[in-house]
Amino acid sequence: MSDAETPDDYDVTDDSPAATGDDEFEPVQVFPESEDMDLRPGSDDCYKCSTCDTNCPVAEVDDDFPGPKFQGPEQWRLKRKDDHDIDDSVMKCSNCMRCDSACPSEVPLSQMHNTARGSFVENQMDKLSPEYIRNRILSNYRTSAWLASKVPRLSNFMMNFGPARWVMEKTLGVTAERDFPEFAEQTFREWWVERGGAQVENPDKRVAYFHGCYSNYNTPEVGKAMVEVFEEFGYEVMVPDQGCSGTPMFANGMLDDARRHAETNVENLVAAIGEGADVIASCTSCSLSLRQEYPELFDIHGIEDVSEHTYEALEYLRIHEDLEGELDGSEVDFPDLAYHAPCHARNQGLDGQAIEVVDRIDGVEAEDVGDSCSGISGTYGWKAEKYDLSMEIGEEMFEHMEDAEGDVGMTECPTCAMQMGHGTGYEIRHPLEVLEAALVSEDTSSA
Amino acid sequence: MAIEDDVLVIGGGVAAVASALAARETGARVRLIAHKQSTLRQASGLIDVLGYHPEGADDESRTAPISDPFGALDAVPEGHPYERVGEEAVRGGLDLFDDAVGDAYAGGHTDRNALVPTHGGTVKPTARYPAGAAAGLASDERDAFLVGFDAVTGFDADVAADHLRAAGVPFDVRGATLRFPGDLRDDAKLTRYAHLLDQNDEIEVDGQSRPAREALAERVKAHLGGHERVGFPAILGDAEPAGVRADLADSLGADVFEVPMGPPSLPGMRLSDMLFEALEDAGVHVETGNPVVDVEADGDRVDRVIAEHTATRVPYRAEQYVLATGGLVGKGIRSDRERVYEPIFDLPIPQPEDRYDWFEEGAFDDHPFARFGVPVDRETRPLDADDEPAYENLRAAGAVVGGYDFAAEKSGSGVSLATGYAAGTGAGERA
Ligand SMILES: Cc1cc2nc3c(=O)[nH]c(=O)nc-3n(C[C@H](O)[C@H](O)[C@H](O)COP(=O)(O)OP(=O)(O)OC[C@H]3O[C@@H](n4cnc5c(N)ncnc54)[C@H](O)[C@@H]3O)c2cc1C
Ligand code: SF4
Ligand code: SF4
Repeated sequence: MSDAETPDDYDVTDDSPAATGDDEFEPVQVFPESEDMDLRPGSDDCYKCSTCDTNCPVAEVDDDFPGPKFQGPEQWRLKRKDDHDIDDSVMKCSNCMRCDSACPSEVPLSQMHNTARGSFVENQMDKLSPEYIRNRILSNYRTSAWLASKVPRLSNFMMNFGPARWVMEKTLGVTAERDFPEFAEQTFREWWVERGGAQVENPDKRVAYFHGCYSNYNTPEVGKAMVEVFEEFGYEVMVPDQGCSGTPMFANGMLDDARRHAETNVENLVAAIGEGADVIASCTSCSLSLRQEYPELFDIHGIEDVSEHTYEALEYLRIHEDLEGELDGSEVDFPDLAYHAPCHARNQGLDGQAIEVVDRIDGVEAEDVGDSCSGISGTYGWKAEKYDLSMEIGEEMFEHMEDAEGDVGMTECPTCAMQMGHGTGYEIRHPLEVLEAALVSEDTSSA
Repeated sequence: MAIEDDVLVIGGGVAAVASALAARETGARVRLIAHKQSTLRQASGLIDVLGYHPEGADDESRTAPISDPFGALDAVPEGHPYERVGEEAVRGGLDLFDDAVGDAYAGGHTDRNALVPTHGGTVKPTARYPAGAAAGLASDERDAFLVGFDAVTGFDADVAADHLRAAGVPFDVRGATLRFPGDLRDDAKLTRYAHLLDQNDEIEVDGQSRPAREALAERVKAHLGGHERVGFPAILGDAEPAGVRADLADSLGADVFEVPMGPPSLPGMRLSDMLFEALEDAGVHVETGNPVVDVEADGDRVDRVIAEHTATRVPYRAEQYVLATGGLVGKGIRSDRERVYEPIFDLPIPQPEDRYDWFEEGAFDDHPFARFGVPVDRETRPLDADDEPAYENLRAAGAVVGGYDFAAEKSGSGVSLATGYAAGTGAGERA
């Protein structure tokens, strides 16, 4: 967590006088939260070593991007003095948060970028521009996915139907180079209801599963694996109502949208925590969002509670169970894997764990393909003007995947998985699926 | 439950890596947890063991560079980390280093310091240097040409050449400042140049598009004259610097070397990456991104430490622990207006009562703050207020250890390697 102080009575997105308690709201004021969310200590901590700049995958390939040091502490300082506009380059930042984990001085860079982006979108962006509309659609993936999942086959067809893609690229700037992810015939939640909800009851061991949009609509097999593995360890799994984690919204400066979802999530997760559950996510961007970005950006009752009780699924088992003991001696027939650690896993210190855990299982070889960024960063790589950059960033990962023994990829992040598949043609699996095969499945084939 | 190992190393710099590798060599199961990236990424990538005599030596010998650092080890004052761990550990640490980096580094063939020209045009005595700097040594008598770029700040080739001449190097050296081909933005990031050269991307020059390495060589050639070696600021590739250098040398018909730069530093980043690869090859479990914030003790043993994963607290248990969290810059030691302290174990750090005594008058005097750190016994165990080991199973390594001034002595990485070797070996053998 950053050194910066969190707001104590309002959030950055609600600028109504009633909410701010400040009836002289100044619309062009930059970082309008600055009186309450004081990023100054963080900004002052910057001693300009430029370590953040050398970690930024976008600055490495995009000559027009001035880098995190400028976007964060420098711009913040600049803006405080004059009433300058926020530099539009802030929209080029992909929110990979690598700068955040790099800074030796604990400057809260991503928090600065998120607030600057929010303020840029709110005050400087034309709400009728194709770019705004496109970003809004991309970041509200959950809404589109919800609709699409009602008619998955038609959606799968339409989403990748040539002429429709052409129109999307021309009018909205959504690249036609990528295949839209397939929608599952049955969503995770539909499966959950159909099987009759939780099959283990246990007042002492409970987890609330934050499945996120992607494992609900696109890869329910990940959600099922999560449920089965946790039930195997005797946990009662709860699946509270939930919205989007907000990750794609932060990256696009749509803080109002993000806040709306955050309110739903916090309310329902706090209720689950009240019933003795910890919160578990299978997507590392979701867990990062609940743990770090929520309390950095919003002040919602219970938000700290959610932050303190949230874990990534494997991480939770490593802490609370003898996962290694269980896995020792287990054997599965699973293809060899080329593993990529998502940037957001890295930010939580989880970049080494998947390999470490999978290594205990006989019959699976997993190889880390290095610490480069996959380049897709959520919605970033879907934007027509960013597509080439996104592939250039990903190049190193693709090469390392090709060099690795396995021809199947593994990662925790759904969008990294898309990029890995797109760049190499490999099928991509989630570590929980490997665990499920080792610990749960009777049939140990790779199904 | 907690996450369990034999040896847990806290930190992510040279000291932590050396500790983890040394512990691993004893056969222990080892985990390393680092919060942020280490100061290595800002350091020049040179591995200094002892470049100048430490405090205590007379003034005259303090201004002359040391040519044989091993010969000078006997002269270090009591309490200095080298005195604590002895020459064997210094050699052990360097051996670990040489094994880890292979032929990416040179200097291991001799006990003597090499003299490496730096970006400011000074000549630095150092024990190990990147292979990319090898053709630039000041003891080499071939004439040298230094190339700077307008947009790459921190290296003025003409000034550096002047300084080197003034320092009396035994060769002729000239410098020129050019424009990097392809018109990058004025404050382009270091990694942008490196990426261009690594990928050998096509760039536009005079309306023509050509591969970056070729375009660069072409531009330099016009100025080369008869010089046999050419020095560039250290921006020549990140993923494959050797290939970039070889291509440039081919096109130029001259040897090519990199001049180590100030922060941020590509040689430092490359080294950091190599060391982390060595950890992976050795089978050390590595976790980065979260700080260790607390300790739970059982009498005079550390029972577990607590890492903060964003807001959740995660326990880690081991038989033996190594603290390698760095000094004031690495955040292993912190200071506020009241005191200097070690934040995880709250180990005592000797310091003058009055904070105005932390500094001396002159910028280059012996400042007490430069030597702040935890005092250790000969097994590198931090001492408590009664000079007894604070915990029987806790050792310390690197800049968190006090009693030396790495900037004045040019001993930063050497002390990290030596204490890391001693701490890691000791921890591994007892785990
Ligand atoms: C600008 C600069 C230039 C230098 N140039 C040179 C040079 O040319 N040659 C040379 O030999 N030396 C040089 N040095 C010195 C050298 O980098 C250091 O002296 C030495 O290597 C310190 O290494 P370390 O491993 O002890 O600590 P550091 O490299 O400081 O690493 C400390 C690590 O511990 C981590 N950490 C801190 N607190 C915690 C916590 N609570 N939990 C988990 N992890 C934590 C940090 O995130 C970091 O990864 C330079 C130093 C600086 C700052
Ligand atoms: S890494 Fe941190 S201290 Fe260094 S320039 Fe970036 S923000 Fe500033
Ligand atoms: S979040 Fe990622 S893309 Fe954005 S500035 Fe930081 S490192 Fe660069």
